[in-house]
Order: sequence, then C-alpha cells, then structure tokens
Amino acid sequence: MFKVKREIDISKTEIVISSSTNNLSLVRSFIEFHGRELELSNKEIAHISLAVDEACTNIIKHAYQDSSDGIIKIKIDKKKNKLSVKLTDKGSHFDPSIIPDPNVEESQKMKKGGGLGMYLMKKIMDEVKYNAKGKGNELILIKYLA
Amino acid sequence: MADFNVSSREDGEISVVKVEGYLDAHTAPDLENEFNKMIERKRYKIVVNFSELNYISSAGLGVFMAYVETMREENGDIKFSNLKDDVFSIFDLLGFPVLYEFYKDEEEAIKKFR
Repeated sequence: MFKVKREIDISKTEIVISSSTNNLSLVRSFIEFHGRELELSNKEIAHISLAVDEACTNIIKHAYQDSSDGIIKIKIDKKKNKLSVKLTDKGSHFDPSIIPDPNVEESQKMKKGGGLGMYLMKKIMDEVKYNAKGKGNELILIKYLA
Repeated sequence: MADFNVSSREDGEISVVKVEGYLDAHTAPDLENEFNKMIERKRYKIVVNFSELNYISSAGLGVFMAYVETMREENGDIKFSNLKDDVFSIFDLLGFPVLYEFYKDEEEAIKKFR
C-alpha cells in the first residue's frame, strides 16, 4: 500500500495541519511531546494541550466553517519561564476574545452545548491574545511556567 | 486506532453508558448518537461511567449540556460516575458540580435513580 499522506513530524517546533477535527489528537501529541522535552509538569501539559485543542476546534468551526480544506500552523516556543503557542490560520476573521463567558445553566435549559472553549482557554492559560491578519487570524496562548 | 468508544447496557429502566478514551470535537458526535438512540427508545435515566475516559474537551461537555434537559423533562437525568481527577477538574472549571450529580462509583449513581 502506498502512503500518500505526508507524515507530520511532531518533534519540530512548528507543525502545519489541515483543518480537520481528525487532527486534534495529533495536536495534543505535539504539545505533549514538547511539554515533556521542556520538562513541564503533567498538569501544565494537560492544560496547554486542552487549550490548544480548544483553539484548533474554534478555528475549524468558525474560521473555516467546518471545511477541512484550510490549514492551521501551530508553533510552540519557550522563553525563560514563558511558554507560548501561536496558532495561525487563513480562514475568515474570528475573534474568540469577544465571546461572552458562558452561562452553563442557561445554555442547558435551551438544550445548547458550545460556547465553552474560549472560556476554558482563558481559565487555564495566563494570556490569550488575538490578532486579525490580512487574511486569517493569529491566536497566541501563553502560560507562565512554575 | 479508535480514539473514543461509547457503549451502553441496561439495568432495569436505567441505562449505563460507558465512555472510553478521548472525548473531543472529533469524537463528540459518537456520544450524541448514543444519546439520540436513548431518546428514541425513551430511556431517560442515564448513568455515564467515566472510569476509562482519559480526556474531555468542551465539545464533550457540550454534549451533556445539550441533552440533560430532555432527560430531566421526562423524569430522568444524566448522572456521572467514576471520573478521573483530571477529567473532573475540567467539569469543575465550568461549574458543572452544581448542575449535575457526580458519584464515586456507578452503583451509587444507579441507586440514586431507585
């Protein structure tokens, strides 16, 4: 059998994935790999993986409207005690920071899920910065390490 | 490789749903299907056993938010059991413990329906 799909090397500090939820597990493995390399605690790794998963899910859903034709570039970087993950896409402008905090009780009465991702990201990361680009979006997630 | 698996068994009028692996935006539709099947069969008393669930993102939490009210309207509920600490901490961040019942083990959750 021929392997057409190009393997993504998670040991690099930057990966480019297609905008499919199928890639979320790969994204979490990427964060976990670098988290271990940088000797982060299990809790830090779990939180950063979740935040990046949430960010990718938002990009797929909102910037690319669930189309898997788009790309997401994810770059991890550590400077002193500051770990940052930058996500860049070429989808429609979508500023997640304007999403209001969720009211779980209200949403559930209306039988609606969703709207929780940004809130979780803000809760578990120390900074979440959004920049609209000419074409696309840039989201930077920052965690100060212990 | 299956990242997520959902299965269920019946214990009288209670359905015990077992979730395993990783529940994210990719796998959440599998859980939605399971709940849709429950509703079609008018089974509204549900215990979700999380003992083998390693990971949950907000897409997974959203499934419970979207279905619990339907179950409660029919005199049922979705109760949670056997959560690992890491998984529980995510529910906790979003305030779920005041809106849902969490139990240490499945038997305890089942008993609450009886």
